[in-house]
Amino acid sequence: MHRGAATLELNGAQFDEMSGTTGATRPPYEKLAQWLAKTPLDFLSSRRAQAELLFRRIGITFAVYGTQESTERLIPFDILPRIIARAEWIQLEKGLIQRVRALNLFLADLYGAGEIMKAGVVPSELIYRNPGYRPEMAGWRVPHNVYVQIAGIDIVRTNDGFYVLEDNARTPSGVSYMLENREVMMRLFPDLFAMHKVAPIENYPDRLLATLRSVAPPSASQDPEIVLLTPGQYNSAFYEHSFLADKLGVQLVEGRDLFVRDDMVYMRTTKGPQRVDVIYRRIDDEFLDPLAFRPDSALGVAGLMGAYNAGNVTLANAVGAGVADDKAIYTYIPDAVRFYLGEEPLLQNVPTWRCREKDALGYVLDHLPELVVKEVNGSGGYGMLVGPHATRAELDEFSRKLAERPDNFIAQPTLALSTCPISVAEGIAPRHVDLRPFVLQGAKDICVVPGGLTRVAMTEKSLIVNSSQGGGTKDTWVIDDVPA
Amino acid sequence: MLSRTADNLYWLARYMERADFLARVIQASRRLASLPKAYGGAESEWESVLLSAGSATAFAQTNRPLDEANVIEFLAFAPDNPGSIRNCIELARTNARAVRTALTIDMWEAINGGFLEMQAIERARGAKTGEDLTRFLDFVKQVSLVYDGGAYRTMLRDDAYWFSRVGLFIERADNTARLLDVKYQLLLPEKEVVGGTLDYFQWTAILRAVSAHTAYHWVYRQSLKPWLVADLLILRPEMPRSLTSCYESVVRYLDRLATTHGRQGQAQRHARAIYGNLENMSMEALFQGGLHEFIGRFITDNAQLGTLVSEQYLF
Repeated sequence: MHRGAATLELNGAQFDEMSGTTGATRPPYEKLAQWLAKTPLDFLSSRRAQAELLFRRIGITFAVYGTQESTERLIPFDILPRIIARAEWIQLEKGLIQRVRALNLFLADLYGAGEIMKAGVVPSELIYRNPGYRPEMAGWRVPHNVYVQIAGIDIVRTNDGFYVLEDNARTPSGVSYMLENREVMMRLFPDLFAMHKVAPIENYPDRLLATLRSVAPPSASQDPEIVLLTPGQYNSAFYEHSFLADKLGVQLVEGRDLFVRDDMVYMRTTKGPQRVDVIYRRIDDEFLDPLAFRPDSALGVAGLMGAYNAGNVTLANAVGAGVADDKAIYTYIPDAVRFYLGEEPLLQNVPTWRCREKDALGYVLDHLPELVVKEVNGSGGYGMLVGPHATRAELDEFSRKLAERPDNFIAQPTLALSTCPISVAEGIAPRHVDLRPFVLQGAKDICVVPGGLTRVAMTEKSLIVNSSQGGGTKDTWVIDDVPA
Repeated sequence: MLSRTADNLYWLARYMERADFLARVIQASRRLASLPKAYGGAESEWESVLLSAGSATAFAQTNRPLDEANVIEFLAFAPDNPGSIRNCIELARTNARAVRTALTIDMWEAINGGFLEMQAIERARGAKTGEDLTRFLDFVKQVSLVYDGGAYRTMLRDDAYWFSRVGLFIERADNTARLLDVKYQLLLPEKEVVGGTLDYFQWTAILRAVSAHTAYHWVYRQSLKPWLVADLLILRPEMPRSLTSCYESVVRYLDRLATTHGRQGQAQRHARAIYGNLENMSMEALFQGGLHEFIGRFITDNAQLGTLVSEQYLF
């Protein structure tokens, strides 16, 4: 079992963001509670309906793969904000910045000298045999040594504080929901905003642009050309891609809009080919370049890896950054913080059993009904087992899978994930939530806009907040002048 | 055409434009005022709003305390403020009725429908909540968009259209200039600081007030810089509310009027002088000579043009 985890009691009392463990309203929620007490239910229902209309009009839709329904669906949105006091946020922010610094140093090391493996902190076969590891990246440095320009760190809260559940270093999504949720809330509840003094997040696109400009290759001009590379409008996150390109003031390109000549990337414009310096890519590594990765990919750009290797273009995030998302490697990130920064991690991991280790596997198999089992390189809530909610047959199936390929899995205790009130037809009800803040790492600066995307499991007792599994979102407020 | 008709069309366009501008400024300022102090939220914001609306003196005469609720009430609804949104819409309609035959059906319906709905909103406004205000401001922007689209799509391109366009662009230039005049200290070049600070949100509020928040990034492709905000609103010809863009239009429509009236007059010469000055100006020269002085001069010159148009066409 992971270090220190034995001392953590994670299955204790349920922590509610609004009422803690005691039922008394926590200070950050006091004004909201007073407001709710005097607000009639039909007012809230009318606002729920209005929110849905607004989202439809803005066009924030999401495609869910594998369903027969219309390809454009709204992510469920809850109209009650999740509130964090500034004092709590400042602590969280420090931990996030520390973690993303370490992630970048870790990736630079994995594809460079490999000091952390030489020191025996992280087993090398875990890295080199990882499907997220890109041998093409080994032995050369990306511009400014930044691998993860945009990180989404998934945070959960229990009754003893914040924990990191997952790192998203590949192509974290959801920031458009964070921004649009705020816009919709400001339209729906101007009075609540007037009484709360919520820290603004509208500068996120500006910070993202500054981040992307800062990591342009040294050979680029003073005014680097930045593009956002999307797989196209059938991708589940297309709305986000178009939204961000618009806010950034950059072209939204598909693979066919780009080409590579003499190791330089160009886009096809009405004025002829135009040099591209930075690609904010929302396409997975495997699809980026049919010459280097999947030859059947029609989404990428032939020769892109050549241009990248030649140092003529920056990809954000870097190819191979996804190795840090692996859930077995995740268990080593606190060690990476100590190794590279010489500091104690400010944010703890959720205690995790690495099933690749024999003792851990034995424990996991014995306690399967209590645990959550995840595939090490799965994402989006696919391919996981929630022990307490699983049927006998599902448990048996996972025991078999675990015995066959233990290194493909990790297990975690079923967390007493915090709940936050949502507005439902009958009134107010608690639902489990997590939080995905977005961290931006530029050539020099690193920052987080206050808050992030709160994801909420809309079904009672459900612990799965992923939008691909029917989870919803909430606006997240960092507010001043209240004790945590 | 009758001088009186020209006068009505000219003022109708000005009132509609002003109502739209006021709605946008109030929205942007509300947003700013709801931020924590560290991000620029402050009561003093409401004094700036009064100044940009040109209503500070009128407000002071009412002896009402200067706070958010009073300022918004005064600018949006007050019957005793000649420049309130509700009065702008009413005055626009009064002008429109007088020249009903010079308007197309689409324009008339936009203005009249807007006026009737505004009365309904006023009657229904019991609690005066923030949401009522949001809805009202959205409504005002909508009316102004429909009116403007109606004029653009359906009016004959003759004197009537040109007078109304001249009114619109003189008013728009005045609004942009007043906004800059109140906030000019924030836009001086020595002010560079990284995003996320107090000033940053002031700049975005300025951009929002002229609906240029997204446009900024498309034009400059970089983070907000105060002098670029000034550049966008003063010199950039592609920005529809910049002083240059407004004057390009003023000159064009005054020229059309000159052609049909068979003579260039004081108004045309004055407008061309202002436009020429803007066209040959650079931001460096502008900051060197003093941003504040420049804007002050522009406001005077622009008002002077209004007078010259009146005199020349005998309103």
